[in-house]
Amino acid sequence: MMRTRPSPCDDDRAFWSPRSTVALSLAAFFILGTAAPAQEPPSKSPTLSSGWVFNERGGAALYANICAACHQPDAMGAIGAGAYPSLAGNEKLASAGYLETVLLHGLRGMPAVGRMMSDEQAADVINYVRTHFGNSYDDAISAADIKAAR
Amino acid sequence: MSDAALPLNRRNLLALIGATAGGAAMYQAMTRLGLAAESPYRGPIKLEGDPKGASVIILGAGLAGMTAAIELGRAGYKVQILEYNTRPGGRNWSIRGGDVYTELGGATQHCEFDAGLYLNPGPWRIPYHHHALLDYCRRFDVALEPFIQLNHNALLHSAQAFGGAPQRIRDIKADFEGGISELLAKAARKGALDDAVSKEDQEILLEALRAHGGLDRDFRYKAGDDSAEFRGYAKDPGGGLGAKPVNGEPIGLHDILTSRLWRGLQNFLAYDFQTTMFQPVGGMGRIGEAFARQLPNAIRYGAKVTGVNQDEHGVAVVFQNLAQGGAHEEIKADWCVCALPLTILSQISVNVSAPMKAAIDAVPYGSSVKFGLQFRRRFWEEDEHIFGGISYTDLPIRQISYPSAGYNAGGKGVLLGGYTFNGPNSYEFTAMAPAERIRLAVEYGAQIHPQYRTEFENGVSVAWHRVPFTLGCAGEWSEETRRDHYDNLCQIDGRIVLAGEHVSYIPAWQEGAILSALDAITRLHARVIAS
Repeated sequence: MMRTRPSPCDDDRAFWSPRSTVALSLAAFFILGTAAPAQEPPSKSPTLSSGWVFNERGGAALYANICAACHQPDAMGAIGAGAYPSLAGNEKLASAGYLETVLLHGLRGMPAVGRMMSDEQAADVINYVRTHFGNSYDDAISAADIKAAR
Repeated sequence: MSDAALPLNRRNLLALIGATAGGAAMYQAMTRLGLAAESPYRGPIKLEGDPKGASVIILGAGLAGMTAAIELGRAGYKVQILEYNTRPGGRNWSIRGGDVYTELGGATQHCEFDAGLYLNPGPWRIPYHHHALLDYCRRFDVALEPFIQLNHNALLHSAQAFGGAPQRIRDIKADFEGGISELLAKAARKGALDDAVSKEDQEILLEALRAHGGLDRDFRYKAGDDSAEFRGYAKDPGGGLGAKPVNGEPIGLHDILTSRLWRGLQNFLAYDFQTTMFQPVGGMGRIGEAFARQLPNAIRYGAKVTGVNQDEHGVAVVFQNLAQGGAHEEIKADWCVCALPLTILSQISVNVSAPMKAAIDAVPYGSSVKFGLQFRRRFWEEDEHIFGGISYTDLPIRQISYPSAGYNAGGKGVLLGGYTFNGPNSYEFTAMAPAERIRLAVEYGAQIHPQYRTEFENGVSVAWHRVPFTLGCAGEWSEETRRDHYDNLCQIDGRIVLAGEHVSYIPAWQEGAILSALDAITRLHARVIAS
């Protein structure tokens, strides 16, 4: 069986993970996450996690350090040759299940970044997005919901 | 001169074929003789038969799109490329002094590098077995120079190992192999391998371990002339009085194992990173520029594709003319080669079959960030004798790569001051403002090279998820998506066929982009000729 080919950038990942470990293996993340040495960032903010799981805690920090990479700090999205959708006042967010699916399984070009989050982190960031940026959906989801949706 | 005088051995036969039939024939002959690597590249493509004026729209002027355009044009097709950027190359790109780059979100960076210095934000090295790309570089006069992947004098670093002190790759490599060799020799001599290895083979094994590991006559790996042949010296041999070298004390196997620094060594062993690697003189972007020179007047820049519609007669592409305030225009052709990243294509209205659309939607794009840092002097060469190569670290910057050109000449230099790929740090760096990324890259780098603190001048960073023309680094396939979608993505869907690194088994490499384009136009041409 053909192994998923390493990317040209595989060397930096390989430094801290076995070559056969594909980055989307949840089990591997947790193993590596605990094995990787803790790094103290040289400044208080923003966060740089150690290992292969996000270290941020709380929806605001998770959003600012991860989601904002594409959807932007104000959640207004961005437009180039393609676009990152705005999450501000986005009607699709009415469904927490929709966000669960996108976060845990990806959507088109978007990677499944929720695989690098714990159940609690994933729930926190979904609840945060659904109650900020002009969104006010009060049906919060729980870590148990995330666990079931993985 | 008489060739008949030569004995007809294999080498002479190849020389004869090369002299009379050209390089392509020789390459094919080499392949038949089993000398060349098993590349799917078989020399310059030949599209036989008259396409009778058929026209092709090509979407995207990266290497895949330009390869398709060049070769289809030569075969007699009327070709036109639509390109979002105002330059050719796509991810084949070098940022130089004076360049201005605005990322998604609006942050603009003005590159302040000195003349001749650059950052390759995307591809930056070419393996020797990427035959198609190397052949195009030769045909289009792109000068190459060695890219130094392995420099024994570069560093392996962990903040948690050796008190945070960087270690020379040479020391870790030699002492790791020496330590393992000593251990294995000890096991063999105790009879621990008797069940697995014959007596005769064990004698050869011991001989090999001694030679390979730098062991002494008693199969010990220790400070001495034998280990020094690999690990070098605490004091190098000199001339005249006091010239005698001093051997260094090897790092113990326990220390190497627990440091995990051995993990860095595999970056030099993997097939994709084995020597010889190359880079274009003056920056990777020279390749895209050279391809574009083969396409005078064929590339329409500043064209943002918004729709692709096909019917039984042809393909119509709607695009926004960005130079004219985004006014919509439409062009038509008989066929379309679409070399847009799937991040973009998946958002565009395109009428293809359901399996093709599912495949277009199935591939997420990876995260990657690169940093280019200019320093007022090449301290890595002047102070540390590091000429090219890469140091690896467990810090968020992951690696520092030293320029593979301009050695030993003094003056300024630009380091690749960090290169993340997927994982949390890549997203976190992407989420930062460019100035913050650079500030942190300098802070982290200073833990490995303290000279950063006094020698840093300026920097640029490219976070691929914020690159307006790709919205990501490269296609990330899994075994499942390969199984369910890859063949569908490769199909000619009516009058549309896809090309790019994402349509290859060499994702994120330029070779994959070119090979996918050659395969796509070969099949497209066969269909055109047959119809």
